[in-house]
Amino acid sequence: MSEQDTSIGAPAKRKEDGRFLTGRGRYTDDIDLHGQVYAYFLRSPHAHARINGIDTTQALQAPGVLAVFTGNDLAEDGVGGLPCGWQITDVNGEPMKEPPHPPLAQGKVRYVGDHVAVIIAETYYQAKDAAELVDVDYEMLDAVVSPAAALEPGKALVHDDVPNNQCYVWELGDKAATDDAFAKAAHVTRLDLVNNRLIPNAIEPRAAVASYSQGEDHYTLYTTSQNPHVIRLLMSAFVLNLPEHKVRVVAPDVGGGFGSKIFHYAEEAVLTWASRKVGRPIKWTAERMESFMSDAHGRDHVTHAELALDENGKFLGMRVDTKANMGAYLSTFASSVPTILYATLLAGQYTTPTIYCQVSAAFTNTAPVDAYRGAGRPEATYVVERLVNAAARETGVDPADLRRRNFIPKEAFPYQTPVALNYDVGDYDATLTEAMRIADVDGFEARRQEAQQRGKYRGLGYSTYIEACGLAPSNIAGALGARAGLYEAGEVRLHPTGKVTVFTGSHSHGQGHETTFAQIVASRLGVPFDDVEVVHGDTDRIAFGMGTYGSRSLAVGGSALMKALDKVIDKSRKIAAHMLEASEADIEYDNGVFRVAGTDKSLTTAEIAFSAYVPHNYPLEQLEPGLDESAFYDPTNFTYPAGSHICEVEVDPDTGKVRIVNFTAVDDFGNVINPMIVEGQVHGGLAQGIGQALLERCVYDADSGQLVTGTYMDYTMPRADDLPSFKVGTKNTPCTHNPLGVKGCGEAGAIGSPPAVIDAIIDALSSLGVTHIDMPATPARVWEAIHKANASRAA
Amino acid sequence: MYAFEYHRPGSLEEAAGLLSGAEEANFIAGGQTLLQTMKQRLAQPSALVDLGGIAELHGIRREGDRLVIGAMTRHNEVARSPDVASAIPALAALAGGIGDNQVRNMGTLGGSIANNDPAADYPAGLLGLGASVQTTQREIAADDFFVDMFETALEPGEIIRSVSFPVPQRAGYVKFDQPASRFALVGVMVSQGADGVRVAVTGAGPSVFRAKDMEDALSRDFSADAVAGIKVPPDDLNADIHGSAEYRAHLVTVIAQRAVNEALQQGR
Repeated sequence: MSEQDTSIGAPAKRKEDGRFLTGRGRYTDDIDLHGQVYAYFLRSPHAHARINGIDTTQALQAPGVLAVFTGNDLAEDGVGGLPCGWQITDVNGEPMKEPPHPPLAQGKVRYVGDHVAVIIAETYYQAKDAAELVDVDYEMLDAVVSPAAALEPGKALVHDDVPNNQCYVWELGDKAATDDAFAKAAHVTRLDLVNNRLIPNAIEPRAAVASYSQGEDHYTLYTTSQNPHVIRLLMSAFVLNLPEHKVRVVAPDVGGGFGSKIFHYAEEAVLTWASRKVGRPIKWTAERMESFMSDAHGRDHVTHAELALDENGKFLGMRVDTKANMGAYLSTFASSVPTILYATLLAGQYTTPTIYCQVSAAFTNTAPVDAYRGAGRPEATYVVERLVNAAARETGVDPADLRRRNFIPKEAFPYQTPVALNYDVGDYDATLTEAMRIADVDGFEARRQEAQQRGKYRGLGYSTYIEACGLAPSNIAGALGARAGLYEAGEVRLHPTGKVTVFTGSHSHGQGHETTFAQIVASRLGVPFDDVEVVHGDTDRIAFGMGTYGSRSLAVGGSALMKALDKVIDKSRKIAAHMLEASEADIEYDNGVFRVAGTDKSLTTAEIAFSAYVPHNYPLEQLEPGLDESAFYDPTNFTYPAGSHICEVEVDPDTGKVRIVNFTAVDDFGNVINPMIVEGQVHGGLAQGIGQALLERCVYDADSGQLVTGTYMDYTMPRADDLPSFKVGTKNTPCTHNPLGVKGCGEAGAIGSPPAVIDAIIDALSSLGVTHIDMPATPARVWEAIHKANASRAA
Repeated sequence: MYAFEYHRPGSLEEAAGLLSGAEEANFIAGGQTLLQTMKQRLAQPSALVDLGGIAELHGIRREGDRLVIGAMTRHNEVARSPDVASAIPALAALAGGIGDNQVRNMGTLGGSIANNDPAADYPAGLLGLGASVQTTQREIAADDFFVDMFETALEPGEIIRSVSFPVPQRAGYVKFDQPASRFALVGVMVSQGADGVRVAVTGAGPSVFRAKDMEDALSRDFSADAVAGIKVPPDDLNADIHGSAEYRAHLVTVIAQRAVNEALQQGR
């Protein structure tokens, strides 16, 4: 069918796009089961209130209603709380505070959107109508929404038994050594930073369809998940106490996740439980406003950060104090985001010899906060790069020059940072130099002057970021509090006709695994690209999997497939040796052909597969028939993608409006399987990073705890005309410790870009005396920064 | 959305009868606000009386030195009309900048002004051009029509037939978008015509208003510089997460200057 190049490194067109572009994708909401009914979740209109009673009598009598369940019904049935998958240990040695997270509220509601009851009816609108008849007796309580305020003494307590709303205080690094470094510093840069809270906004809202088969005593849950095996494990082992082998979880086509679909949500457990109670399959699809209030949000840090430099601009030490918002309950990986995935990244690309970071995590009356594209690493990068840019400005050193004075040199790898990570490889100067070339930094001054003649201010901003992807290895993560493994599983099944089905525990919800993984398998086995199909997202078809998040799919899931492929080729070599009457040592393998060295006697992969399933001429005494191999891969280290982003903005001082006129991203992703998909991932990441820097901000009212940005009327999503045409490049150094030499690319754009955008704006306005601006740099905020600078200069 | 009756009358008389004959009935024009409100269950009309089937409410015509636009004329019809483009290009530009194409294909002039959203564009268009509103009962000057936030001079059952715009010598409309909704954070219509200069501001306050100081200054000197030093007091202006009252007050001056320049470019 296709004449296109589908080898490793070729921009093969995406296999999945045919069905997506013609409307033939099969998403959770497209699945309708026989006899299906619908659920509507009654949610709390209050940020914080005691529930003195729930009267469901009238709702139960409404047309079409089958059942109404509340938290008490779940409790009576022994249903547990939603678990958190990462235990952080407090500085005092105690485990973090882990208050119960009931799927339906018990006793109290703790955020606007908290689940109060579920109404199940023949139609969705009957369920929604009946919800208005549920009479909830709320006793209003004071609310806290910001992490800084929540930790102050005397504030309302989100959980009665968690003093000061403090989930944990955690630290990393050598405090004494860092304090010593600051005592010796020639210059100290200090910043107070807010990492703005974000709402993920996947295009497909969360949805679920649950059913129970009485005959087989078996549950099936279709859900919008990035990791169906994890959902099955958490739901069956911790929440519903179901035998894991009696539960199937399917995550079919999923329309974007960005982290928000990693987590085990209340709706999944409630629907699965209720499907048995009512004896009918149940569907629920979130309305957009439900998504705004009940998807796990991202970021929400308040940080004080300091960087110590010597007289030559060498970084001596860094001190960081962060208050992180957990929301009302601990979501699945919430506790790890501002700790393990954050403080470990504070070395950035630099040789900073000593770093100390303390993190206080707070419960608030807001939706749970958890991993969102980048998860901890954008927050760390924002701290590090804002500090570096501010230090450059304060000491009058060119920002690129200051970076080069402090980069970890490429000869220094593997490099042990003072914050636990061991970087395997990189070449930071190479990406910066290439980015500066593409961004035409040399021509910037002329562009700045030209803009000034038009009354506009131009600025150039830098960010040289690093991230850690493919979280690993499992035993070290376990020692750090992870309650799960971090490997991935894969299986390569050759069929008798030589066609191939690949099973992966990774999950694609936009990443293009059906293409990338097929490129790897087809190339390694020497079979046509179109003869390979990739299956993912079904616990009944795939042995196990940890799913897709943290830019891990290729580095971990792809590596598992490489291990399985090695097993296939090893077995094929044995079969070939038998069939060709040669010794195994004499069989050479190259691109789908097994050949007796130095002869023209050979067999193809497809011929061997046929023989494996029709074993007439086959070493049955030594080998089992069949050609189907699986593998688990547990990485020995993180991967460390890195890169340089350069942003050029033009600011209209009259309105404060910022226009990004150029954006350059040069990344080091290690080996690239499909450069078109990589570029797409970079574009998407940049859009979200620029969205955070200029546009997006989740706001809860500080007094009432109401979600102010509850619709697109107030929450600004990036649109195409907010973004420039990106200039992207790569300078790749292959990862040293996985079989593909790959690092991951899904989050890089969102991690690297925000500080570059903010730095460009500050650079543009520095001549006016502006030294700081918070994200998102909306026109109003930029104008106020100019206005304040003008006022203070006039004073 | 709750269940409701739906009627599509063919005449104004029939429409008025249907409305008065039902409790809690609403007229619906393009539905771009009402339907959203109903979907969110914030409005619960027992019946909707759709004005889309009444022929006389549609269309755009030039009547001497006036441009008359039927109440049910869609935003995109105004934006793309050669008559509007030649008579009042600023009005075509205003209509072409409302919402997105889906909104412009459904939303109507009459629906917009009857709703009188404080950030809508058309109220500034009517007030800034000195238009008058023809209803089933009377003619209402734009100055009297927009009363307060989401409030107009319309009586219950009164239906807007059309809006009559005097063709100005020159006019310009510029808006600065609220970043999320892209409604006007501040929008300013400036015109100069037979009855003098008008400056109308939307988005900034609880309802569209005229900036009289700017009008006086522009009457003496129709240039951007003439309004550069004139600030509207921030006291009564809107403040929200998208901008303080002070910022909006500042923007009114900036956007007014741009609207004047726009008018000068289009002036004859």
